[in-house]
Amino acid sequence: MSYDAIKSIVVLLALLASFGVFGWRCYQALQIGLRRGQSMPVFGQWGERIKGLFIYVAAQLRLFRFKAPGIAHFFVFWGFLTLSLTILQAIFEGLLAYANPHFVLPLIGQWGPLALLQDLFILCVALAILYDLYLRLIVNPERYKGSHKSQGLMVLMFIFTIMLSLAVMNGIRINLGEDPSMAWRPLEQMTGKIFSGLNEETQRVIEEISYWLHLGVVLLFLTELPEGKHFHIVTSIPAVLLRNLEPRGRLPAAPEFKGQIGVKKVEQFRWRQMLDFYTCTECGRCQDMCPAFASGQSLSPKMLIMSLRDHLKEQGSVRSSATASTKSLIGDAISQPVLWACTTCYACDQECPLFIEHIPPIVDMRRYLVNEGEVDTLLQKTLANLGRYGNSFGQSERMRAKWTQPIQPVIKDARKEAVEYLWFVGDYASYHVMFSDITRKTAQVFQKADLDFGILHDAERNTGNDVRRVGEEGLFESLVEKNTAAMDKCKYRTLITTDPHSYNTLKNEYPANGNNHPVLHYTELLDQLIASGKLQFDRKLGYKVTYHDPCYLGRYNGIYDAPRRVIRAVGCELIEMPRHGDRAFCCGAGGGRIWMEEQPEVKERPAESRVREAAGMPGVSTLVTTCPKDLVMFRDAVKTAGLEGKIVVKDLIELVDEALELNKEAV
Amino acid sequence: MNQDIYVVIEHLRGQAADISYIMLAGARALTQKTGGEVVAVLLGHDVQSLADNMAAGKVLYVDHPTLTEFTSDAYQKALAGLIREREPRAVLFASSSIGADVSSVLSARLNLPLISSCQSFSADGRPISQICGGKIMVESDLPEATTLLTMIPGGYKPEEGQSGRAPEIIKMEAPALDDLRVTLKQYIEPEAGDVDISKEPILVSVGRGIQNQDNITLAEELARALGGAVSASRPVVDQGWMSTSRLVGKSGKKVKPKVYITLGISGAPEHAEAIMDSETIIAINTDPAAPIFDIARYGAAIDMFDLFDVLIAKVKEAKG
Amino acid sequence: MNIVAIFNLVPDLVEELEIDQSGTALNMDFLRLIINEFDDHAIEQAILLKERSGARVSVVGPSIDGADDVLYTAASKGADQVIKLTADFQGKKVNNHAMARAFASTLKELQADLILTGVQANTDLDGSIGPLLAEYLGMPYVGYVSGVNAVDGKVVARKEYPGGLVAEMEIKLPAVLGIQAAEQPPRYVAVTKVRQAMKTTTIEERLLAEPDLSGDVCIHRMFKPEVGTRAEMIEGSADEVAARLVGIFKEIGVL
Repeated sequence: MSYDAIKSIVVLLALLASFGVFGWRCYQALQIGLRRGQSMPVFGQWGERIKGLFIYVAAQLRLFRFKAPGIAHFFVFWGFLTLSLTILQAIFEGLLAYANPHFVLPLIGQWGPLALLQDLFILCVALAILYDLYLRLIVNPERYKGSHKSQGLMVLMFIFTIMLSLAVMNGIRINLGEDPSMAWRPLEQMTGKIFSGLNEETQRVIEEISYWLHLGVVLLFLTELPEGKHFHIVTSIPAVLLRNLEPRGRLPAAPEFKGQIGVKKVEQFRWRQMLDFYTCTECGRCQDMCPAFASGQSLSPKMLIMSLRDHLKEQGSVRSSATASTKSLIGDAISQPVLWACTTCYACDQECPLFIEHIPPIVDMRRYLVNEGEVDTLLQKTLANLGRYGNSFGQSERMRAKWTQPIQPVIKDARKEAVEYLWFVGDYASYHVMFSDITRKTAQVFQKADLDFGILHDAERNTGNDVRRVGEEGLFESLVEKNTAAMDKCKYRTLITTDPHSYNTLKNEYPANGNNHPVLHYTELLDQLIASGKLQFDRKLGYKVTYHDPCYLGRYNGIYDAPRRVIRAVGCELIEMPRHGDRAFCCGAGGGRIWMEEQPEVKERPAESRVREAAGMPGVSTLVTTCPKDLVMFRDAVKTAGLEGKIVVKDLIELVDEALELNKEAV
Repeated sequence: MNQDIYVVIEHLRGQAADISYIMLAGARALTQKTGGEVVAVLLGHDVQSLADNMAAGKVLYVDHPTLTEFTSDAYQKALAGLIREREPRAVLFASSSIGADVSSVLSARLNLPLISSCQSFSADGRPISQICGGKIMVESDLPEATTLLTMIPGGYKPEEGQSGRAPEIIKMEAPALDDLRVTLKQYIEPEAGDVDISKEPILVSVGRGIQNQDNITLAEELARALGGAVSASRPVVDQGWMSTSRLVGKSGKKVKPKVYITLGISGAPEHAEAIMDSETIIAINTDPAAPIFDIARYGAAIDMFDLFDVLIAKVKEAKG
Repeated sequence: MNIVAIFNLVPDLVEELEIDQSGTALNMDFLRLIINEFDDHAIEQAILLKERSGARVSVVGPSIDGADDVLYTAASKGADQVIKLTADFQGKKVNNHAMARAFASTLKELQADLILTGVQANTDLDGSIGPLLAEYLGMPYVGYVSGVNAVDGKVVARKEYPGGLVAEMEIKLPAVLGIQAAEQPPRYVAVTKVRQAMKTTTIEERLLAEPDLSGDVCIHRMFKPEVGTRAEMIEGSADEVAARLVGIFKEIGVL
């Protein structure tokens, strides 16, 4: 039998084997894994979704948040797409070798511009791979900690080999005059020149070896693809296409399985969440942004998803033995401290290039733990206080409006009279001793702007944003009920909040709120008042300040500019911290963490890291916050980090109040 | 019925508790109105010497080996007969682990009225009780029948119940004390702490306001600078942040140091009664309405975390 | 073993307490009633015993506002039976002797081996329900208990004394224990779980005969304590406060 005939047979068998394994592994992962998952509501907004494919897949937008790796991946991705035709070429070449050893794909196999593109991409991909090897082996950044290093290196070597062998193979074909498009392949002409000194026989042998190497590694890679982080090659487009288009600050309702709330077993996740677990590329960008991980705790969003993937595969395996099925999701695969360490700051979900959602699975598993009562004592006490008194401080509802006592004129009771603005003050602003002064200043600023506003007094309860994120869905529902009932009895046009957490849930999770009553954070309101001229500052404060974007105002709700305009309006110079905007570093209080015991492994509290960053900004005297919890956390951190005298923490309203007071004195 | 006021002496392991003397003082105040004399009732085995410094007219002493250690059943039996026979005007018990085990049972058994948590007697001989965590005072009528009362400290000083002259001891016959339903198996000693806070002259005491275990090192530094020790209120010990040997309170130790500095302690009655004999109490608490400021001599409504560094520095400076 | 946990509801001390117009009782208008904290511990201890040794737990309380929530919460923690004793508790002032008598009749029917209840309540003026109940049932009583172990026909209770001393008392059953603290703090039950219990649990209501109210304390007057001499408050910055404190330390001879 001729070599070409053998070639055809071997290629056929290799294809069958490789596709067989690939198909089988994909089937196992997707069919069995995803089929066991819970159902999803029908997907809509297809226009938005298709647009997303262009922005996030074609343009690889999120990847460029890490510039150099982003550029490298851009080339690898587009190289992969462009060069996939060379794989097709190699396959048909091989299959049809017995009939036509010099088979070339019709049309696309002979199109010059495409050949040039492929030629250039081979170089770009090869350079990208060299950069990636440098990144992995020499730089070895923190975010790769916990990722499968050997798998990563193996695939880089695969891709490099594929590029090299293709370049050599094509180069020699150019030498032997067998490439009709040779004029369009300048780089491969050069690779060819390396071998041009050899005789034809030798070159052919090298060519064939390169062919087998090229096709072989591709087929080998194919079998490895479904196993690990490279499965994203299959799942990434569906993942981006079917990404969650709900507002970021809206969590899905708690799943219920015959009285069991939340997720206890991996098959209780929705199939779309399981797709997320399979899509993780172990890039670690989420890990790099995570405040819990940075502080030394056991939570890494990356490793969370990796563990969920591994657990899912274990459970879904057709050949699963008895031992594999007795491993628990919570406890064995994911430990409880990991679940409780999360502050729900959204940095991970913001960063992930493939829109993997880390927070919803954490909340789903927390929901299970809370329902089972597996919660630390401090949190239990706080939840009991929230349930009984409607606030986390365990104080009577009657004390909620105590801060209003010295204020003249008396603040309207929105339960009794109609107001234009219903001000939802929030727990911390109402009860916390550090805030009573600031809340009064807020009221006074509103009064100076002649706002018609009122509060709910005793009828206000914690909005439940963090209660929901801690996993107590029932208590959240109860708080929503009570607050909604109280608000429904009032006549008002707009809802304003002091606290971004209240803002988030009132805007995104409370029933039908945005429709009739717009929800504003006080910074948005101030911004509007300044723009319309209702608030004017003649004197400029002249401080050099820096601003911390609260998680629930910035990342969750996209409000970055309004507070900044207010800062500039009062005449302060704003110097941005390295971690600002959607990369702001969480203070560590969210997700109910402020209600829990501190975990023992904490090396540097997130709030301390943040105030050090602020204090390190040259010439900056003040760290400005617009969230009560940020203020409390950062003021504490300034003390414990020994930065007293180096930086002060102020709420934005304090600067506004100062600027207005100056104004008043001048008059 | 005679007009004597009986006081059931509270003692444990050879020590008469302060409350016993407080009750004797209270009983004497009551006799001003009712007439009659103060009679101490002492149950135990070989404990008559405890009565030596008691300010009582006489002591009714029931000695029996079964009464060596307190058990509710035995005490109830011994007292029931005694009260039934002699019908005193009133019987005072301590509001404590011993007195409370016995007083209510006797009230039901003998069908006699009972008034709880009495702190003092008014000039008219009415018991004044403290309820609702110390927030409410109740002045009640003393019923005509033999009345049982439980007493809490705060109305009288132990010294007022002491006397230089030992009272007459009348040995009473013990009733049948067999077939008891409650028996003592063993005592479990408290954790031997490195420090006996009841002997320290300077105590820096932390409460819930300390927020977490790590912050206790700040209190320790202050205590060290002053030459004292750290103690704690119940919430801190319940969390496991300090051992029970450091607990100051009704179920912990009673202390009377030269100076007692509280950090983030609210001043609930159970804590207050254990520190009220301190010479000087200095309270630090962010809440100016905290009850601790009602029993402290000096106070400051500031955040302890603002105070630590500067106070420790100034103390060290003063010490040279 | 049949364990019965008894609870009552008392004013929440978080609120400001006011005396009513008669001057002899609390103003009930703004009062919030919550479960007596020690009774909450008693229920927790009962559940712990059930989890450890498979006993049967019944929880009994009076028909006062808020009792239903306590009973449903107890059911969601694992109580096998929840009972509400109905009588006009809010119309008349019901003292502890009367309450104990009321509980006694039901408990005889339940044939309890071990009865747990809080060692005291903040409104106790005529003794505590636990020991009174014990005597009406002819059972032994030990109070200030912070740990319970049941071993065939007998119970060993850890009784707390001041200074951290503990006495292990052996008690013949049936008996009543006054709980100071359960072996772990009362567990939190998620709102959803309590709601589920509301759907699946029936509260047994037992009508009580007219309560025998004798044993009442005749209140002459009720008043708030005089604040007395308040502390001398030191004002100013941390620096100023620290300086004054050092001055005080010197005055009293500590420095």
